[in-house]
This record gives sequence, structure tokens and C-alpha cells, in this order.
Amino acid sequence: MKKDCIYTLKNRYRDDMNIYGYRFGKGEKAACIVGAMRGNEVQQLYICSQLVRELRTLEAKGAIVGQNEILVIPSVNHSSMNIGKRFWATDNTDINRMFPGYDAGETTQRIAAGVFDAIKDYSYGIQFPSFYIQGDFVPHIRMMETGFQSPSLANLFGLPYVVIRRPTPIDTTTLNYNWQIWNSNAFSIYTSETNRVDERSARMAVAAVLRFLTRMGILRYTSHSGYLASVIYEADLANVKNDLPGIYHRHVAPGDEVHRGEPLASVTDPLEGEVISQVLAPTDGIVFFAHNEPLVMEGTMIFQIIRRLHE
Amino acid sequence: MIKTVVSVGLPVDENLRVMKNVLQPEKLAGTEKRICIVTGTHGDELEGQYVCYEVNRRIQEAKECLKGIVEIYPALNPLGVDSISRGIPMFDLDMNRIFPGNEDGAVAEHVAAKVVQDIAGADLCLDIHASNIFLREIPQARINVNTAQTLIPFARRLNLDFVWVHAAATVLESTLAHSLNSIGVPTVVVEMGVGMRITEAFCQQLTDGIFCVMKDMGIWTGETIEPKQPIISEDGEVGFVNASAPGIFVPCVEHWINVERGERIGRILNPLDGTVEEEVCSPIHGMLFTLREYPVVSCGSLIARVLGGDYR
Repeated sequence: MKKDCIYTLKNRYRDDMNIYGYRFGKGEKAACIVGAMRGNEVQQLYICSQLVRELRTLEAKGAIVGQNEILVIPSVNHSSMNIGKRFWATDNTDINRMFPGYDAGETTQRIAAGVFDAIKDYSYGIQFPSFYIQGDFVPHIRMMETGFQSPSLANLFGLPYVVIRRPTPIDTTTLNYNWQIWNSNAFSIYTSETNRVDERSARMAVAAVLRFLTRMGILRYTSHSGYLASVIYEADLANVKNDLPGIYHRHVAPGDEVHRGEPLASVTDPLEGEVISQVLAPTDGIVFFAHNEPLVMEGTMIFQIIRRLHE
Repeated sequence: MIKTVVSVGLPVDENLRVMKNVLQPEKLAGTEKRICIVTGTHGDELEGQYVCYEVNRRIQEAKECLKGIVEIYPALNPLGVDSISRGIPMFDLDMNRIFPGNEDGAVAEHVAAKVVQDIAGADLCLDIHASNIFLREIPQARINVNTAQTLIPFARRLNLDFVWVHAAATVLESTLAHSLNSIGVPTVVVEMGVGMRITEAFCQQLTDGIFCVMKDMGIWTGETIEPKQPIISEDGEVGFVNASAPGIFVPCVEHWINVERGERIGRILNPLDGTVEEEVCSPIHGMLFTLREYPVVSCGSLIARVLGGDYR
């Protein structure tokens, strides 16, 4: 293992922010894995730290195949993480909306450019991001529909679902999108947590990356075969919203099978305690996403359901 | 007439409400032109609040001069304005990056869709912004090059100092202005002043221009000024100045003056050891139309923009 500082941002009032890359093996730029880019992505940081630990052990055993290099960058934004902010500490911009970056531009554009310069030539790019809507997901691989995406490769992670998202204009500045445009096969892995460590889904994510690297001939590692993924388009998911605001009680979890008409959640009047609304499943299917905050506004997208899919 | 554009119930006994005031003649012929004045997309940009007040006040003092429909939307992001938050509280994305919205999407996307539906059909929309807390701007219109032909005639009459015609960028396709221009509502973005402050002179200047445009459109028959002739610039003539070192930026020139190439704009200071980290100089000869207001800078922080050429 070789630890490099791939970008340094000099600071005046606090320590400089050094972004570290951990390299395993030597030779072709085979795979790059990027972790926390926002300050609350603790699960993403933890997963990458565990990958570093695993890969160090595997490299010592000679498990990296031939002339392949794997780069892991666990943290891109610890300046924000250390002070409890999700976005960039000073101007609240999002590094994951700044790619491919600009080395003469503003601070987060420079960080993005510095990171992208180090990671853009890898054959496979794997990112652990978080979603812009707060909630829990079933573990899945998310890809942008750029015309370059490859769901069959995504299947090799062995996670249960591969989701394809049609990019909106704002998505064109994410790392995933730009990796694809620069000819890397890009995958975003979502586990069930962001600002807390969930050991079970973290282990699943680490195993998924090691499984993928093995199947691509980069690593020798024996693991469970995982799932044959269901490939779904984000636009085909059934969005479920609540009609009334209040205190939210969730009755089902991501991964649960539900049936049309089944209660998914209830909403309680926050002042008088009565249940004022029952949210019912509009379709049979599997819960893909579920809101996880105790309060809901009117019209919040509290669930997404994969239609007509069974366990 | 105060109307609710969209309302969303918040968890405890409150609604998020985007409101507008519709000002129109008592009797409508059905052929009146309609202008929408919108602001408050970013909760920390307040210059538009004063403009909304002043347009309201002037119309209500001479209602007989109003021959068209004026719709004033002071706060597309009312919770952000109230809570001193640039974005929509509890929502990750910049509100001006989610248009045209989605009625079936997240709450913010739903609100955005309702706003676009409400403005649709207008003959002109002015989307007033106020930079951010970091930078001070002269009164200016920002126009995508693809819409320049349609919008420059309006922008020329708004009594602004500068019209910046900038290159198209995919990410800007999710702005309110792009969405409205795409559905045939000519929409001019105005930037002026600085975040979290009101620069009354700039607000009066723009308000004078709004009445000029309304007169041109047949919406207003009252007295108006003869608007300034703005400088109109293409993207390539703008020089950017970014900090190379972190520290405290102290300008040594006034905003909105001519500077020479290599002329010092300010210094970045190190308060701990008393040294100057960087002498910040203009990259080109021209007019300083953007100047840093907030002193603390990181590597890369934008300090100034200079429009190349002789203007003042």
C-alpha cells in the first residue's frame, strides 16, 4: 500500500486539508473508489476505510492480479465533516456538483479538479455518495443514463438492484456523470445509511466492491456470488406521497414486499395525537426507498416502490 | 390582490406559502400585457425585496396609470428568506437548479413546478438576484447567449449599467430563467448589490427601469425616466480574479472603477504573522464590476471580475 496526498487545500485558520489516496498494486489504472464527498457521509467514509484495511491485507497476500492498480480515496471533504456540515465549510457549495472541476476556479471547483485529475483515467470508477432526498434505500448500484452506462457490468457487484437514472442538467456536474464522459465505467453504490455507521450494509458494500474487482480480473478473492440484480429505471418507480403533514410512523422498511392497499405509514396530528392519515401502497411491489425522519411535510415523497416485483 | 401560488403543509401548524400580489386595472379588456417580477429564490438575496416594495408603492400611488397586469412574487423561497438560508431549508439542492420542477417529485420540486405554471403565459418576467454574501455586483442583466436576441431589447431599457451575455452551460438549464424562456416567457435575470443587504440606490435604479419597460409594453402610462445605456458584453471579455492564498482580503480600490492591467485591487493578509500573503492585481485593463465583500478568503475564492475595455 502506498499513501499519497493527491490534493492539498491550504487553510489560514485551521489545518490544511489533505486528500489522501491509497494505492494497491502497480501498473494499469484499473479501479478507483471514492468515499465521502459531503461532510455527513460517515457511512461512506467507514466503508472506504474498511476497503483500505481489506485491500492492504489482500495485497500483502499477493491477491492483486498482474499489473493492476487500485486507488481508494476515503475522504474528499473532511474540512466539512470535522465541523458537522454537509456541504463545503465556507460557502456551502457541493463538491459533487463541481465536476470535472476547474483548477483556476473557485475553491470547490479546484478541489474537484485536483481530485478528478488523479482519478479520471481509471477503467472503473466506484463512488459511495448519498442522495439529495433524506431517507433509507435498499442497497443498490446507481448509474446515469449517458449512453455509456453498462448495467451488465453493474450486475457484477452482486447487489440486489441496479438503478438507472436519466440525468437532469444538475447531474451533469457530478463525479459519476463525468467519469462516464471521460470513458471510465462509473458506478455509484448506495447503502442504507449516511450519517451513521451501519455495520451490516457496510460489510455488504465492501464485499460488493471486492466481488466486482475479482470478477473484473483485478483481484483474487473468494466471496459469496451475491445477487443477480434486477435492473430498474428510476422513472418506473412508484412515488408515494403523504396527503397530510405531521408526525410520521413508518410501518414498512426498504426491501419489504408490500401489496396494493396495505398501510405503509401513518401520520399523527402533532398537537392532538390522533392518527389523521394512513398512507396505503398504490401497487404491489418491493419498497425501494423510505423517508426516515420523524416529521413530514404535506406531499413528501415518503416511499418509492418497485412495481410488481416480489421477494 | 394577494394570491397564493402554492401552499404546502409543514409538520406543525404552518404552511409554506409562495405568495404574489396581482396589480391590475379595475376593468380588464382581456388584451392587457402581463409582467412578473420574481425574487427571493435564494433566501440570502434581499435586494429584490426593496424593489418589490417600491414597484408596489409606486403603482398604488398612481393606479390610474396602470394599464396592464403586474404580478409581484417577493419570495419564491419564503422559508429561506425568513431563516437567513440561501437554499430551501432541509433540501439539498439549490432552488435555482431544480426548475422546471416536478409536480410529483420532492416538495421543493413540486413548488418549483407550481411557480413555473403560475408564471407561464406572461409577456415578460424579471428574476431579481443579489449575488451572495461574498461578492458585490453593479446592477446588471445576465443573459444566456441563446436568448440574447429576444432579451437584450428588454435589458437595454431596465436602467442597468451592464448586460453580461454569457455562454450557455448545461447546468444552467435547470434555472427558473431557462425554464421560462423555454416555454416562451422572456425572462431577464438581474443581479445587483450583495447578499444579506439592501443597496437602496441600486433598488431605486432598477425600479425606475422596470417602469420604463412597463411603459414600453403598454402596462404603465405614468412618468418615467430615460434609462441608462448599459454596457453590453460578451463572455470572452471578462477577467476573473481568484485568491491564490487564504487569509483576509482587504480591497484598495472602489467597486465599479476602471483598473489597469497589473494594478493592485487589494491584498490578502495573514493576521497571525502580520505578513501579506498575496498582492491581488487585475489581469486585464477594464471595469471592476464584481468585488469581494466578505473578507475571509480561501484558495480559489472569487475576488473580482473585470470587464475588459474603457467604460467609465
